[in-house]
Amino acid sequence: MATWWAASARAGLRAWALPSRLRRLSDISSARNGDLQATLEPDPVLFSQEHNALQESLRKIIDKEINPFIDKWEEAGQFPAHKIFKILGQAGFLGVDKATEYGGMGLDFSYSIAVAEELGNIRAGGVPMAIGVQSNMATPALSKFGSNELKQQFLVPTIAGDLVACLGVSEAKAGSDVANIHTTAVRKGDDYVINGDKMWITNGCQADWMCLLANTSDAAPHKNKSLICMPMKLPGVHINKKIDKMGMRSSDTAQIFFEDVRVPCKYLIGEEGMGFTYQMLQFQEERMWGVAGVLKPLECLIQETIDYTRQRKIFNQPVLYNQTVHFRLAELATEIELLRSLLYRAVALYIKGNDVTKFASMGKLKAGRLAREVTDSCLQFWGGMGFTNEVLVSRLYRDMRLISIGGGADEVMLSIICKYMDTIPRKM
Amino acid sequence: MALRALVGVKRVIDYAVKIRVKPDKTGVVTDGVKHSMNPFCEIAIEEAVRLKEKKIVSEIIAVSCGPQQCQETIRTALAMGADRGIHVDVSGKDYESLGPFQVSKILAALAKKENVNLVLLGKQAIDDDCNQTGQMTAAQLDWPQGTFASEVKVEGEKLKVVREIDGGLETISIKLPAVVTADLRLNEPRYATLPNIMKAKKKKLETVKPSDLGVTLASQVQILSVEEPPQRQAGVKVQTTEDLVAKLKEVGRI
Ligand SMILES: Cc1cc2nc3c(=O)[nH]c(=O)nc-3n(C[C@H](O)[C@H](O)[C@H](O)COP(=O)(O)OP(=O)(O)OC[C@H]3O[C@@H](n4cnc5c(N)ncnc54)[C@H](O)[C@@H]3O)c2cc1C
Repeated sequence: MATWWAASARAGLRAWALPSRLRRLSDISSARNGDLQATLEPDPVLFSQEHNALQESLRKIIDKEINPFIDKWEEAGQFPAHKIFKILGQAGFLGVDKATEYGGMGLDFSYSIAVAEELGNIRAGGVPMAIGVQSNMATPALSKFGSNELKQQFLVPTIAGDLVACLGVSEAKAGSDVANIHTTAVRKGDDYVINGDKMWITNGCQADWMCLLANTSDAAPHKNKSLICMPMKLPGVHINKKIDKMGMRSSDTAQIFFEDVRVPCKYLIGEEGMGFTYQMLQFQEERMWGVAGVLKPLECLIQETIDYTRQRKIFNQPVLYNQTVHFRLAELATEIELLRSLLYRAVALYIKGNDVTKFASMGKLKAGRLAREVTDSCLQFWGGMGFTNEVLVSRLYRDMRLISIGGGADEVMLSIICKYMDTIPRKM
Repeated sequence: MALRALVGVKRVIDYAVKIRVKPDKTGVVTDGVKHSMNPFCEIAIEEAVRLKEKKIVSEIIAVSCGPQQCQETIRTALAMGADRGIHVDVSGKDYESLGPFQVSKILAALAKKENVNLVLLGKQAIDDDCNQTGQMTAAQLDWPQGTFASEVKVEGEKLKVVREIDGGLETISIKLPAVVTADLRLNEPRYATLPNIMKAKKKKLETVKPSDLGVTLASQVQILSVEEPPQRQAGVKVQTTEDLVAKLKEVGRI
């Protein structure tokens, strides 16, 4: 059931017997458990009418093709990536900021951020994360530094939604410490021969190709890495297991081993030895994208908490009437707006060509911290209901916990910020 | 014969918004509230676009009556495939009292001015649920009407319309030019794709005033008071059909 009119069609309502608006609202809330952000006009700071039109169109896809099935996917531990990416790709949402000659829309990064924000209306964190990997985490380096031939082969079908992409950076022995990865790609003739492992790979069970970070020489750790487009259906690629996670359950996360996997050298993205640098650049976009992704879910949670605590009566009054409850929610709503402002500032600077590593890292740090505060505070106000699997708050409590860990943990963000502040202790 | 189609697209409060009545009971709160295209108008646009794709319609003109913001609704129609837009600028007091009667006069005037032979509208709008504009437009033009359409087919000079009526479906054949209003099952509107949203920016959108069309907006309707619907009382659960029948008898419903 996607929208009320589709719902009423199924219920066989006749032309004259249209339900009242109130009735429809109850239909919607059973489909979407109450609406959230629909009350505010869109943001004028970073977003134009075109951004809004794009968000409106995306919202329809979410309401029709994604949200009605999300509970099923959460249960199954996987969502149909090829099917959903094809729908998004056909509508142009996977290559918003990519060049038009590769099927993208040629728009600036602010449009990607508008998409990321709107994806927050999906009622689980796993699917937006998977979409983000496809559109803005596995592809920026390829799009910026890849050869034309490589882009035709990998970027074009990824933007179209025909291929599912994943990003292979983390390993069992190296997560935060990206420089310390062990996977190697050794030149043998015209091929790279790849050996090693990757861990925590989003979309890993379904992906057609991986943007792989591997060591291509014995040089210093920041100069010996390369990014390679590696097809997943090759001899020697073993998907060891789908990892059983506490949250982000609709997204499949894989551990993968490589055993003498042969990939043509021409699948190298840009220059050999530049992989670490490219990946750090790629991380900037990934982090801003991540920040954008938390805004709507958190706002939605606050709204749902208001609605729930308003009707839940204890000690003869709504839970919401306790000042500690409504003040806390006001405080958190304020913090979300501050985070949004930081994000928009970072994006505005980024699209003008500035390096925004510091702001992006600050945003990512704050997003992780705030997501934990909001989900925890809201869950508390739901009481026992908050502890069930029937409500969004518990799902987001589990899903959003990842923000402080994935894509660079809070402490990694702090280290980056400290570098800019020049406060990292030097060797005495 | 290629048809020219005029399609009405109304800007309404988004279906997902919780409607609130203004404290002074003169209407509902619209400030700062998300608006979007009436879902039935979306179905009407979709049908026009499909007819165009089948080369039955040659041009689609999307029209919306209301304040400046209606242009956004028209842009959505353009992104879905309409060729150009007309914004009939109605604001302030005139907009507050704008109803099916005045809108039908505007649509009729535009239909003549633009020389169209098909007016496609939603069967009703989800804000006032009037279900009158299509019928009134047909009357103003003295054209045949096919309302609550769940299927539309052009057969020569005629239009075959399958209508959703109480108790089933009715198939009628009407002469063109005609007015058709879209019901729920006519089609499933497409998503406006990103490339088309961008293309829509470049399509022509003109603004006219009702007076340019010779239409006066005087309203025959006076709003006395707008009230929240009464709160629904909690129901009772019964175990068996016998219990149900007994209960219904008890409250005098059967
Ligand atoms: C659901 C999920 C999806 C993921 N998807 C992908 C993916 O698609 N591709 C990919 O490459 N990776 C992915 N990751 C991996 C993710 O980026 C890593 O988990 C993350 O970088 C942390 O690495 P780690 O797990 O090895 O933790 P470790 O590196 O072992 O760190 C453990 C903890 O140490 C602390 N710490 C780290 N650095 C410092 C420091 N400088 N000072 C003090 N304390 C510190 C932090 O609290 C950190 O949480 C995913 C992870 C998860 C859980």
